[in-house]
Amino acid sequence: MARAVTQQRKIINTTAAWGIGLLIFFPILWTILTSFKTEATAIADPPVFLAFDWTLENYSAVMERSNYARFLWNSIIIAGGSTILGIIVAVPAAWSMAFVPSKRTKDILLWMLSTKMLPAVGVLYPIYLICIKLGVLDSRGALVIILMLMNLPIIVWMLYTYFKEIPGEILEAARMDGATLKEEILYILTPMAIPGIASTLLLNFILAWNEAFWTLNLTAAKAAPLTAFIASYSSPEGLFFAKLSAASTMAIAPILILGWFSQKQLVSGLTFGAVK
Amino acid sequence: MGQIKLNQVTKSFGDVQVIPPLDLTIEDGEFTVFVGPSGCGKSTLLRLIAGLEDITSGHIEIDGADATYVPPAKRGLAMVFQSYALYPHMSVRKNIAFPMKMAGIDEAEQNRRIEGAAKALNLTDYLDRKPGQLSGGQRQRVAIGRSIVREPAAFLFDEPLSNLDAALRVGMRLEISELHERLKTTMIYVTHDQVEAMTMADKIVVLRAGFIEQVGSPLELYHKPRNEFVAGFIGSPKMNLIKGAEAEKHDAATIGIRPEHTAVSKTEGMWKGVVGVAEHLGSDTFIHVHDTGLADMVTVRITGDIQAKHGDTIYLTPQLDQLHKFDAQGLRVD
Amino acid sequence: MATKHSRSAARLMMAPAVILLLGWMLVPLIMTLMFSFKKYLPLRGGDLGWVGFENYVRFVSSSAFWPSVGATLTIVGGVLLITIFFGVLLAILLNQPMWGQGVVRILVIAPFFVMPTVSALVWKNMFMDPVNGLFAHLWRFFGAEPISWLSQASLPSIVMIVSWQWLPFATLILLTAIQSLDGEQLEAAEMDGAPPLKRFGYITLPHLSRAITIVLLIQTIFLLAIFAEIFVTTGGAFGTRTLTYLIFQRVLESQNVGLGSAGGVYAIILANIVAIFLMRIVGKNLDA
Repeated sequence: MARAVTQQRKIINTTAAWGIGLLIFFPILWTILTSFKTEATAIADPPVFLAFDWTLENYSAVMERSNYARFLWNSIIIAGGSTILGIIVAVPAAWSMAFVPSKRTKDILLWMLSTKMLPAVGVLYPIYLICIKLGVLDSRGALVIILMLMNLPIIVWMLYTYFKEIPGEILEAARMDGATLKEEILYILTPMAIPGIASTLLLNFILAWNEAFWTLNLTAAKAAPLTAFIASYSSPEGLFFAKLSAASTMAIAPILILGWFSQKQLVSGLTFGAVK
Repeated sequence: MGQIKLNQVTKSFGDVQVIPPLDLTIEDGEFTVFVGPSGCGKSTLLRLIAGLEDITSGHIEIDGADATYVPPAKRGLAMVFQSYALYPHMSVRKNIAFPMKMAGIDEAEQNRRIEGAAKALNLTDYLDRKPGQLSGGQRQRVAIGRSIVREPAAFLFDEPLSNLDAALRVGMRLEISELHERLKTTMIYVTHDQVEAMTMADKIVVLRAGFIEQVGSPLELYHKPRNEFVAGFIGSPKMNLIKGAEAEKHDAATIGIRPEHTAVSKTEGMWKGVVGVAEHLGSDTFIHVHDTGLADMVTVRITGDIQAKHGDTIYLTPQLDQLHKFDAQGLRVD
Repeated sequence: MATKHSRSAARLMMAPAVILLLGWMLVPLIMTLMFSFKKYLPLRGGDLGWVGFENYVRFVSSSAFWPSVGATLTIVGGVLLITIFFGVLLAILLNQPMWGQGVVRILVIAPFFVMPTVSALVWKNMFMDPVNGLFAHLWRFFGAEPISWLSQASLPSIVMIVSWQWLPFATLILLTAIQSLDGEQLEAAEMDGAPPLKRFGYITLPHLSRAITIVLLIQTIFLLAIFAEIFVTTGGAFGTRTLTYLIFQRVLESQNVGLGSAGGVYAIILANIVAIFLMRIVGKNLDA
């Protein structure tokens, strides 16, 4: 659509889009701003936008009171561990499906996808029971495994899509050059697929970070990640708006930044390649 | 050493047999070209030799040893792919070093061979570049360099020139031929372009639908095509194939005469026709003649320039000693 | 490119992922199925034996069942309607030439990356709180009586929170789809004399239909399962108990595992009906 648009049209477009964009972003912006206010200014009527005394006291209060670092660390371990483990399991599987396709490849891919659609609540008690029986309720290890299994279909699917774009001849060349299967995957495929692997890593890290069914139901004190930390503000601490905002900002800021990097992959990743 | 022998080799994909039982011997040091229209099985045959596909039945021998179940890496063959298949994340130097690294050759020897290959292929200035920064011809040379350094028993080329533009293709064709003269290593070269086959090969294998139609030197194929298919496939412009009464005069179902073996006259000759299109190349003139009553169109090739334009009446006289005769099955009769 | 060797290697390398997922799917599924046919109360006697379809009957005949179906349908339907309608409009707007397109895109996508517990809490307290919430300030500014959103208008409030979370997803996918529309088609239609609205109706919308279907199906699957948003805001009170939440309460809060499992089986069947349609589309795309 390389077509000249009148300046006036462009100004209208810009104004409308920015207006709506800011409106949608407003709750996040408001949360971030409130996190720097005192509790009194936070609930002031009429609300104060920028003209307030900026303070970091909420952040230090949150850190002191709730051992924020532990929740953060749990989130990092659970999201990071499940994603990395998932990729280690998924790379060989995706290699097989992309480069040695058989008649069943499509069925296997679709079946994997179907496991993703199983409602978690339908299997809540069995998983809960298994965790109790194995003594791993409220442990990071259990959540790493569960979230890995939950996101494995997406990881396999995304890697498969990326691997498909690598010409098979290059892998054949490596085979002719004397590379074993392991060397072929390690020296040729993986380095070539780095961008794809990175975006898979990113998107699934985000999904695992924000996962709030299993993390809420299977953790108590020890292994609780940030989702549970925030949920603990539900009441009555939630009425301390400034502290709630500080805690929220800390929970979402890292992922917001990562998310903006991954927005390109988001579409094909979450629609299983059905929209590109 | 690099003698390759195929013994009753077949290949099926599911229920579809793409290579019916096939025997072929490629002698050590020979430049063999597999040629045929697309879908004739020539690339599949090459991949069977490489070990990238399993053969369904039969045996492959390399230098007298059974290689049927030997994995590709262990066959001692090097392959140059149509897309060059360079490793995009490695520099030219690393690309060329890769097969040696896999073979565990020590680094000093690696460097010696890389320098040698780079010099021979004019790549010395590009060794530290990535494939993405090279032109098509340079990439092709890197792919060749990568296969040379392994000192393989044989080189396999899978349509290596089809991604190059016409001018480069002629240059690379010469380079590969020169490489063969220098190394004297067995080469198997797959192409659909009969000009490449004719100019490069010691031995041409013409394939159609998995069947070998003929094996022979370029000139054997040119002078004594075993059947109508080979006759039509080898040579450019194509041989004129004439059926019917004119063929029966020569006791054949079909007769063939190459465009270059027909004389032209404005006044008299054996066959009369009307000029459709005359293509003047300077060195040659191709005249496409209609209304001869022999075939839809007869093409003749005259050395030098000749005055002929659309609609002119023209007489053609074939050189009878260059006439090819085929029976009802399309097989050559002498 | 396949030899027997590489095919067997492929099977071997696929095995871990397949076995893990198979276990992840089958083991809990079989357990849920088994529990659903039992009277099973872990805190009051444990496994009390087989009861046939009693749990299935009791689950649907309980007074909480139909309201929960209603709440689920309201939330899923409401969110789908809002996100797809505004998603299409936003996608079209964002596809227009403007300054700072990249930044606007980033602003619009942001809510998708916000942790569900965070968005639920921020909305619940900072916006919807009847005393100090921003909406209460706004209502008072216009001289109106502030609304106690999550109790008086609980379902619309939840629909609004969830729509805010999912609008970015719909917008992003629809925007990607719009960008793949051939501009020359629109220009051809313009040359053929079609005014803007007709161009939208005859060309843009049909082009988007596939993407809309995909958004619809994927969101339905995720929306049927929303949990944290209700857990943190109303805890299932004020008519916001969805099917998912009802099952959660049966299983973990009242520890009636048999009953909850029967509910779980219903949820699985429901999700599968949606999934079949989604898989068809995705599967077709695999062939292409």
